[in-house]
Amino acid sequence: MVTETFTVIHPQGFHARPSKLFVEKAITFPCKVTLFKGEKKANGKSTLGLLTLGIAAGDEIRLETDGEQEEMALKELGQMMTKIYEE
Amino acid sequence: MSNLLKGVPASPGIAIAKAYRLEQDESVPQRKAVEDSAAEKQRLKEAVEAAKADIDRIREQTLERLGPKKAEIFEAHLFLLDDPDLIDAAMDQIDSEGVNAEYALYEVASGIMEALRSMDNEMLRERAADVKDITGRVISKLEGREHSALYELSEETIVIAKDLTPSDTAQLNLEFVRGFVTEIGSLTSHSAIMARSLELAAIVGTGTEASEIRTGDTVILDATLGEVIVNPSADQLEEYSVRMREYEEYKIRMRSYLERSSVTTDGVHVELASNIGGIDDLEKVLANGADAIGLFRTEFLYMGRSTFPSEEEQFTVYKHVLEKMNGKRVVIRTLDIGGDKELSYLQLPKEMNPFLGLRAIRLCLDREDLFRTQLRALLRASAHGKLAIMFPMIAVLSELREAKRILEEERVRLAQEEIAVSDTLEVGIMIEIPAAALAADVLAKEVDFFSIGTNDLIQYTMAADRMNESVSYLYQPHHPSILRLVQLVIQAAERHGKWVGMCGEMAGDSAAIPLLLGLGLHEFSMSSSSVLPARELVTRLSKDEWSGLAEQALGMSSQQEVLDFVNQQLRSEA
Repeated sequence: MVTETFTVIHPQGFHARPSKLFVEKAITFPCKVTLFKGEKKANGKSTLGLLTLGIAAGDEIRLETDGEQEEMALKELGQMMTKIYEE
Repeated sequence: MSNLLKGVPASPGIAIAKAYRLEQDESVPQRKAVEDSAAEKQRLKEAVEAAKADIDRIREQTLERLGPKKAEIFEAHLFLLDDPDLIDAAMDQIDSEGVNAEYALYEVASGIMEALRSMDNEMLRERAADVKDITGRVISKLEGREHSALYELSEETIVIAKDLTPSDTAQLNLEFVRGFVTEIGSLTSHSAIMARSLELAAIVGTGTEASEIRTGDTVILDATLGEVIVNPSADQLEEYSVRMREYEEYKIRMRSYLERSSVTTDGVHVELASNIGGIDDLEKVLANGADAIGLFRTEFLYMGRSTFPSEEEQFTVYKHVLEKMNGKRVVIRTLDIGGDKELSYLQLPKEMNPFLGLRAIRLCLDREDLFRTQLRALLRASAHGKLAIMFPMIAVLSELREAKRILEEERVRLAQEEIAVSDTLEVGIMIEIPAAALAADVLAKEVDFFSIGTNDLIQYTMAADRMNESVSYLYQPHHPSILRLVQLVIQAAERHGKWVGMCGEMAGDSAAIPLLLGLGLHEFSMSSSSVLPARELVTRLSKDEWSGLAEQALGMSSQQEVLDFVNQQLRSEA
């Protein structure tokens, strides 16, 4: 299991489009992907899970990957949390 | 009941037509025990597939009618129907509780919708509508009902509904639908966003009053103001028929200015620019054909968070804006925080007079570390477009020199690190303190441009807090004393060959634009929605003529006298 904390900068937060792209990426990895925002956590392979975390710009999100390819998943998914998306 | 309802004007326009009330099934599926959970799961699976086929058809229609951007929402819907937290969770519930598919899906979806609706972010709350839309469709399939009948409308109609789902809105038949009214929803609802791209008049969030409108009632929809008139009088019908025609003409006229240059009748080019407070505002800048961004406030990057934004984060944002503007100038103002705008993680002592205290450039020179981070991000971004850096609240020359010294140090440092920086980068200051306006000739030698910040300049010149109602009468943009300061600044800049812009509310004011033009202002930066009306105005003014008229206005004794004079001139020219 590996984990790292990222700050989301996409101005609209992590909503419909970024969440969808994130999940599309996450499901390509065999490992478990979990996101933590404060006390709340969500399945990184579920858009609805991500949405219900209510991630806003500036939020610090802990990303945890567990299982096969966890290192690569952490790196690539981490990059997706810290970029700006075309809305 | 009163025949006037108010709501949020979500997409501008005026329409008059018969109402069509969309009946929406709000019933809760009955809980039933099922023996064969495997068969029940199979039933759910088939209903999901049937719903997907429907959505895919709507997606294709939308792609054709509105383009790929709007069709994306239905791709997202298809994606949601594969979400493990939704259908898989409902499948689990069928297994664990031995309940019917309708009930299981309803339960799971309700939990998710409740979580989304409790969010403090409007965009997220709106996502509950997506969940409702797709699960409603699956449940209709399970119950063997049709989901919506909106595409069957066949006469001129204003649709009245509790709420319109994205798929409802996408299926509106534009041949007949003139507008819609919903009881709930907001500016960021999908239905509101789609209405704007369909250019369909729409009012949302009227509350339950709209539920009393019946199919067949005559309805006037004034979505420029957010008013619905039900069964209007003959006089009202007459009045609004005229207004509707005038509005259509106005819209067509404004649109014709999108591609026009901002040039006066005597051939003087000016720049009509937008003020923005974040990346969200870019869409409106582009849609309104602004010549530039005259003020990008960077405070949003720093607010609502617990630590300072990193150089990398800021660089990403600045680069994005510069690239989007595609070679048009972007004036980015360095951090204007302190005083009344607080940051929780920046421990600043309380001040007696925040507006006269440690704020903006004063704070940045005091906290060099955070200033340097922003400057490095700006310098790096400059390689990706036409950037102008602007320092706020400069009072004296030494502040400007100090800010430029720090900027130069970072530029040299980046050069040593072999990071590209534009060599056409402009550096300027805001003129918002009377001391700076009076010494503009001295400051002009050491900047590329000035931008007059009228909101603060007026309050400092009049010594009147514009938020204090008992002295708000002193907030007088058209007062000759303010105009004289503006003239002083422009003349000083002209002598040194520098350009002057203005980025306060005054720059978009139709009664101020002719005078400012006459005084020689080069760039007018305003909210995006004012750009086209401003262009329409500028293209029928003569700079030469207005420089004479402005000279006359400077000698007047009150704001009222100036306003009367300007309005009279504009009327006689029209």
